[in-house]
Amino acid sequence: MSYLDAKIPEGPLSEKWDKHRMAIPLVNPANRRRFTVVVVGTGLAGASASATLAQMGYKVKTFCLQDSPRRAHSIAAQGGINAAKNYTNDSDSIWRLFYDTVKGGDYRSREANSYRLAQISNAIIDQCVAQGVPFARDYGGLLANRSFGGTQVSRTFYARGQTGQQLLLGAYGALTRQIGAGRVDMYNRHEMVDLVIKNNRACGIVARNLINGELESHDADAVLLATGGYSNVYFISTNAAFCNATAIWRAHKKGAFFANPCFNQIHPTGLPILSDRQIKSTLMSESLRNDGRVWVPKDPADQRKPGDIPKDDRDYYLEAKYPSYGNLVPRDVASRNAKEQCDAGKGVGPTGRAVYLDFEEAIAREGQDSIQRKYGNLFDMYTNITGETPYKSPMMIYPSAHFTMGGLWVDYNLMTTIPGLFALGEANFSDHGANRLGANALLQCLVDGYFVIPTTLAGYLADNGSADVGPEDSAFNISKQQAKEKIDKIIGIKGTRTVDDIHRQLGKTLEDRVGLSRSEAGLQTGIDEVRGIKNSFWTDLKVPATTKSYCFNLQKALRLEDYLELGELMAIDALERKESCGAHLREESRSEEGEAIRDDKNYCHVSAWEHTADGEGPKLHKEPLVFENLTPSQRSYK
Amino acid sequence: MTVHESIALTLKVWRQSGPDAPGSFETIEVNDVDPHNSFLEMLDHLNNQRILEDKEPIEFDNDCREGICGTCGAVVNGLPHGPGRGMTLCQLHMRSFSNGDVVVVEPFRARAFKIVKDLMVDRMPLQEIMQAGGYISVNTGGAPDANSLPISQETVEEAMDAAACIGCGACVATCPNASAMLFVSGKVSQFSLLPQGKPEAKKRVLSMLKTMDSCGFGNCTNHRSCENACPKNISIAHIARFNREFLKAAFLGKSSNI
Repeated sequence: MSYLDAKIPEGPLSEKWDKHRMAIPLVNPANRRRFTVVVVGTGLAGASASATLAQMGYKVKTFCLQDSPRRAHSIAAQGGINAAKNYTNDSDSIWRLFYDTVKGGDYRSREANSYRLAQISNAIIDQCVAQGVPFARDYGGLLANRSFGGTQVSRTFYARGQTGQQLLLGAYGALTRQIGAGRVDMYNRHEMVDLVIKNNRACGIVARNLINGELESHDADAVLLATGGYSNVYFISTNAAFCNATAIWRAHKKGAFFANPCFNQIHPTGLPILSDRQIKSTLMSESLRNDGRVWVPKDPADQRKPGDIPKDDRDYYLEAKYPSYGNLVPRDVASRNAKEQCDAGKGVGPTGRAVYLDFEEAIAREGQDSIQRKYGNLFDMYTNITGETPYKSPMMIYPSAHFTMGGLWVDYNLMTTIPGLFALGEANFSDHGANRLGANALLQCLVDGYFVIPTTLAGYLADNGSADVGPEDSAFNISKQQAKEKIDKIIGIKGTRTVDDIHRQLGKTLEDRVGLSRSEAGLQTGIDEVRGIKNSFWTDLKVPATTKSYCFNLQKALRLEDYLELGELMAIDALERKESCGAHLREESRSEEGEAIRDDKNYCHVSAWEHTADGEGPKLHKEPLVFENLTPSQRSYK
Repeated sequence: MTVHESIALTLKVWRQSGPDAPGSFETIEVNDVDPHNSFLEMLDHLNNQRILEDKEPIEFDNDCREGICGTCGAVVNGLPHGPGRGMTLCQLHMRSFSNGDVVVVEPFRARAFKIVKDLMVDRMPLQEIMQAGGYISVNTGGAPDANSLPISQETVEEAMDAAACIGCGACVATCPNASAMLFVSGKVSQFSLLPQGKPEAKKRVLSMLKTMDSCGFGNCTNHRSCENACPKNISIAHIARFNREFLKAAFLGKSSNI
C-alpha cells in the first residue's frame, strides 16, 4: 500500500489545505523561469493552469488538438458551476457543498479532496467575474443562482445555457494574454502520443503534429495532463468528436495507476438516437429538470401524441417514486428510472428509447418569455436536431454517457504514481467519488487549474529540481520510434472495416455490459467481447495511408486502439466491484424494491489499477477511504 | 432500428491537398443520405464509404458537433454553415435538402485564412486578434468578491449576447471585404459593457483593430451579411458599439498609436 499514499495532510478537515499550503516549499519567483512545464489540454483545467503558471513565471508549453485552445470541450458545458457563496440565504456553506459532493458521490471520494473543492469554490466565482464572465444577474444587479439536481439549495451560477463556454472563454482569455506576452508556447493541432520518463520521473512528451504528421519531442520538468474524460469509449456520448483517452492511457501504460475506470456517469437528459449513422448524442442541460416534468404514458400501448394524453393517463414516475426530490433526483437515479421505463415498454418516440420532459406547466406558470430566457438556446438546439419545438410539444430525452469520474489516480497534490506527472480536471479521479454532483465538473477543473496545481507543482519542483533531459535524449527517440511503428502497423492492416464500424461495436458492448446496470455474467461476457473486437481491430481495420498530411480517420484509429484496452479495464474493474454504487447498479447488489445497495464493508476504497507487461493482466491496488467527518449512509431521495 | 427514407444528392466538394497546392471541385454522387443525419454525419458516412473504396476522405474541421465549439464550418451553396439560420454546419440536418439537390461545399474563403486541406482553413489570425487584447488583464488570485460590483440585468444580458461568439469565422467568410469586424466587436462590446472591462477599454479596441488590419482582414462597410451568417445571431449593433469605443479611444483619448 505504500504506493498509494494519498498524502492527505493531518489535522481538522477545514484546516488541511491551509496547513498544506504553508508546509509546501515554494519556488522563488526569480527561479521559476528555469522550469518548463508541459500542459496537455486547454479546457478549463488546462487553460487555467497554463495561464496561472505562466503568470507566476514558469515556462509553459501548452498543447491542444484543435485549431485553437478555445475549442476544448469544456466549452459545451451548459448548466452551471457551484459555489458555496450562500447568496440565496439557503443555509448553504462550504460544509454543505462538501457534504452534498461526498453524498452525491455515494461515499467513494476522499473527504479531504471534496472539502478542498468546496473551500475554493467561492474564489473561483470571484476570479471568473473579474475576467468578465457575464453570469446571470437579478434585477438588483447581483449574481443570480439556480438550483440543480441532487441538492436542496440554490448555489449554481450560470450564464444562460452557456456557462462552460463563458468560463472557458474567461480562462482562454487569461491564456491568450500569456501567449501574447510570450510566456506560453502554444501548440495547436498537436496530439500527445507518449509520455517520456527518465530517472523515474516524467520529463516530457512526444506529440504528433496533426497537420504534417511529424513526431516531436518536448522536454519538460513536469507534465500536466488536463485531457478530459473518456466517455467516447462508448462511441455515442455527449462528448466532442475529438475527446479521447489517449494521453491518460499512454501515461497509464508508462506506470500511472488508473483509478475507478468503471465509474462513469450516464446523463439522464441526452437526446434519443434517431439514426444508426449518428456518431454522438447531444446533452440537454439537466437544469431543464428544474422546470420540466418527466413522464411516460401509463399504458405502453398508448400511441396518442403527447398533447392528446390526459394527465390521468400519464405516469410522472419520478415525482411519484421520489416525492421530496421529484424531477431533481440525482442523475443516476433519473437515468436508471428512464431506462427501466423504456425496458418496460413505456418508452416513447420512434425507437421507444425516450421519455418525455414536459414544459407545458412551466410555460403556463411563468410565461414563454421566462422559459425562453432560461433555456432558449437549449430549446433552439433541440429544434434544430429533431425538427420539433419544446414550446409546443414535450422534449424527448434518453440517458447518454457524459462524464467519467474515473481517471488517473492522483494524490492530494494531483500527482499520479509517476513523479512529475500530474492530472487535472476530468482526467483525474479524485473529487467526485462514484457519481458527480451536477455543476461540480466546471468547478473542479478551475479549482485544480487556478488554485491547486500552482501550489502543489511548486512543491514538486522545489523538492526535485530540473529534469535535465534534453529532447535529443534516447528516451524521446525510443518513444518516437514506437509511435511510428504503431502508425505503420495500423496502416498496414488493410482490412475491410472502418474505424467507426469497430468503435460502434465496442460502444454497444460497453453500453450493454458496463453501462447503467451490470452483472457478473454480463461483465464476463463483456470482457470476452471486447477482446474479440480488439482482435478484429488488428485484422480487419482499414484506414487511409495518409501520414504526411491531416487525416482525421488515422487519428481516430490511434485513439480507438487505446479505447479497446481501456474498455477491457473498465469491465475488469466493474467485475471486481461487486456493489451498486453511485452512478451504476450492480444487479446482484440491490434491495427487494430494486434500489441500489452499496457495500461499505468490502468496497469502501479506490480501485487503482497498475498496467503490467502484456499478458499478465492489470494489477489491483486499493486506497482505503476513511470517513472521519461524515457517516456514510445509504442514499434515499424518496 | 427504424428505417428512414433516404435522399440522393450531387455534392460538388472543394478538394485541395495543402495550402500551396491547386484546388478544384470534385463531383460526388451520394445516393443514400439519411435526412436525420447532420451535414457532418453525412460526410462521415461518405468518408467511410470512400475509405473502403481506397479513395481519399474529405477532410473537414469538426469537434463538439453541437454548435458551440466553433470548429466546424464550410460554405454550403454559397452560405457559411449552409442554409440554416442561427446554426453551425454540425447542427444543419439533411432534412433541409431535397432529393436530387446539387450541393456545393467550399471552405471559408478569406485572404487571412489559408486552406489547410480540403474544407479546413487556418484561423490562427483570429487567435492573434484575441492575443492583442481579447481579455481582461486579471491575474489569478486576489479578485474582489463577485458581488462587489452590481451590473444591471439588461447590461449583462447585452454583454452575454456579444459574448456568445464561437469564433468560427463565418462572418469573415461571408463578408465581401473578408472583415473580422463582427468577431472583434463581440469581444470589445462585451468588455465595454462590463465595469471590469473599462480600465483597458481604449487599449483593447485600438490594439485589436490594429491586429485585425495587420492580419489581412478587410474593414467593415456595413454590408450586414455577417449578422445573417452568424450561427449565434450576433447583431451588428455590436459593431456600432465598437465604433463608438474606437472613436472614444482614437480621437477623444490620449492614446494615438493607431
